[in-house]
Amino acid sequence: MPSIRQNTFSDLLPDFRNLGVIARILVAVNATALAAAVYAAPSMRGAVERFIENAAFLEPLLFIEIAALFALSRQLGRLSHPLGCTLVVALAAALAAIYQGALSNLQSPAAMARSALFAALLAGVLLGYFQLHVKAFSPALAEARLQALQSRIRPHFLFNSLNAVLALIRRDPKRAERTLEDLADLFRSLVSDARHFVRLSDEIALLERYAAIEQLRLGERLRITWELDAAPSDALLPPLVLQPLLENAVYHGVEPATEPGDVLVRIERRGDRVLARIENALIDAEAERAGNRMALDNIRERLALFFDAEARMDTRAEGGRYRVEIDMPYLTRARTAEG
Amino acid sequence: MSVLRIFIADDEAPARARLKELLQDIAGEVPSEVVGEARHGLEAIELVPGSAAQVLLLDIEMPGMRGLEVARHLAGLESGPAVVFVTAHDRHAVEAFELNALDYLLKPVRAQRLAAALKKAAAARPPDGEQLARAHGDAREYLSVTERHRIVLVPVRDIIFLRAEQKYVTLRTKLRSHLIEEPLIALEREFEKRFVRIHRNCLIAREAIRGFERAAPSNDEPHWMVVLDGIEERLPVSRRQWPMLRELVQDRG
Repeated sequence: MPSIRQNTFSDLLPDFRNLGVIARILVAVNATALAAAVYAAPSMRGAVERFIENAAFLEPLLFIEIAALFALSRQLGRLSHPLGCTLVVALAAALAAIYQGALSNLQSPAAMARSALFAALLAGVLLGYFQLHVKAFSPALAEARLQALQSRIRPHFLFNSLNAVLALIRRDPKRAERTLEDLADLFRSLVSDARHFVRLSDEIALLERYAAIEQLRLGERLRITWELDAAPSDALLPPLVLQPLLENAVYHGVEPATEPGDVLVRIERRGDRVLARIENALIDAEAERAGNRMALDNIRERLALFFDAEARMDTRAEGGRYRVEIDMPYLTRARTAEG
Repeated sequence: MSVLRIFIADDEAPARARLKELLQDIAGEVPSEVVGEARHGLEAIELVPGSAAQVLLLDIEMPGMRGLEVARHLAGLESGPAVVFVTAHDRHAVEAFELNALDYLLKPVRAQRLAAALKKAAAARPPDGEQLARAHGDAREYLSVTERHRIVLVPVRDIIFLRAEQKYVTLRTKLRSHLIEEPLIALEREFEKRFVRIHRNCLIAREAIRGFERAAPSNDEPHWMVVLDGIEERLPVSRRQWPMLRELVQDRG
């Protein structure tokens, strides 16, 4: 099941200025030369001699090739991946042909062609290897990103919430207890495993806990309308997709206003789709755009990691309201991102 | 020690309640009374001047107007309060406070820190405008005219032009004009995105430019006058500023 996209990392030429890349090229080419010598020579002794003989020819060429790639690294990096690969292979072949030609005063076109072919083949194999290498690492990268997305929380929210709880402890100890429990739940979900789907009912419970904390801080300034009657509680979705949206709605649509602000949370099932909408007053369109974009990009990325192209998120600002809408497939079977 | 008069400005009711609780807790050490509260920045501007407060506990993140700008406007008061900023988390603001020797408390506030800050503030003078301007770093959203017990705010977006006249700067909106005591050069720097200089003594709002007229006084070379939205008055453009202005208008199409 295509659940984690990897193309952002794998479609890149290796960085030819990276020491690791250069070392890998040196090792791979010399290992190939050694293997060729062992194969072609009649004895082990002969193989070593032949390798040394070949090295006298090979090492300067290899040095020239690496120097050329080093110099052109930036320009090559800007090209599309297929074109970049083609150019690297062509460059390797051309340099090998010229080098061979220079050594033999252009006397043996056959040797030149053979050198070019050898260089081109090796370059191609190496590029393939680098590609695989990057691919092998990218799931780890994707996962690291996933965790990073999830562990963000506004420190502003944390400290203000703690402050609000402190204010409650003497006057309303019961409510203070409940609020700390809500905070604990919120933080537990923030540090939990980000790779698994969660049930919509759990996500809604989280929204309500979060809302209770904000309600305590903001009092009558925050008015949330919940429209959850048609929400399918067994639907599966990536963790923490809705809570950051509600947090954004409060942060951008209620906190900056001197008047009370209305927030709408509506989640419903329509056929095989689940639609979630969160709406708030549009206070400062510019601040909204700037502060919001990162959170939205995070959520969009997470939706893509779990649903690939099947989920969509749209934002719209009109009539003084700012609206985020998520349209995702109605899934009930457990699927995980490793799947 | 006499009773310290304190004003609390914070948009969150629990945060105000918490500060009052702490003030009671430390009353033995620092006797105080709360003489006023504000739920947002604009309310603070409205209420602080008449409150006779000696110390203002001022939250940074507030709707209406953020704490640092509130403090800048209050700095014009004749006997304004000393200011202790309060913030939950604003790394940027905290750095600015440190750099400019402004006192601040972090939320949740500790009783001992509050007591220490109040003692210090009781002895301190109100922060001066320049210190606050440096800490703020941003352009204000309002300019203020300070009267004895009142601060009149003029939204910067309503200002059509600013013109230096001897000691004062005249600030013109569609409806009326005010005199403020700030150097034009500082205003030009602070609001360079919004205003453009047309003359040695005059800045106009870029948005308000409607066009230019050629004026030819009989005894002088012809020169250009700018026509502005919302007011009849035409303002002269200096020969030095003209090429830059013409480009500006052409860029706009």
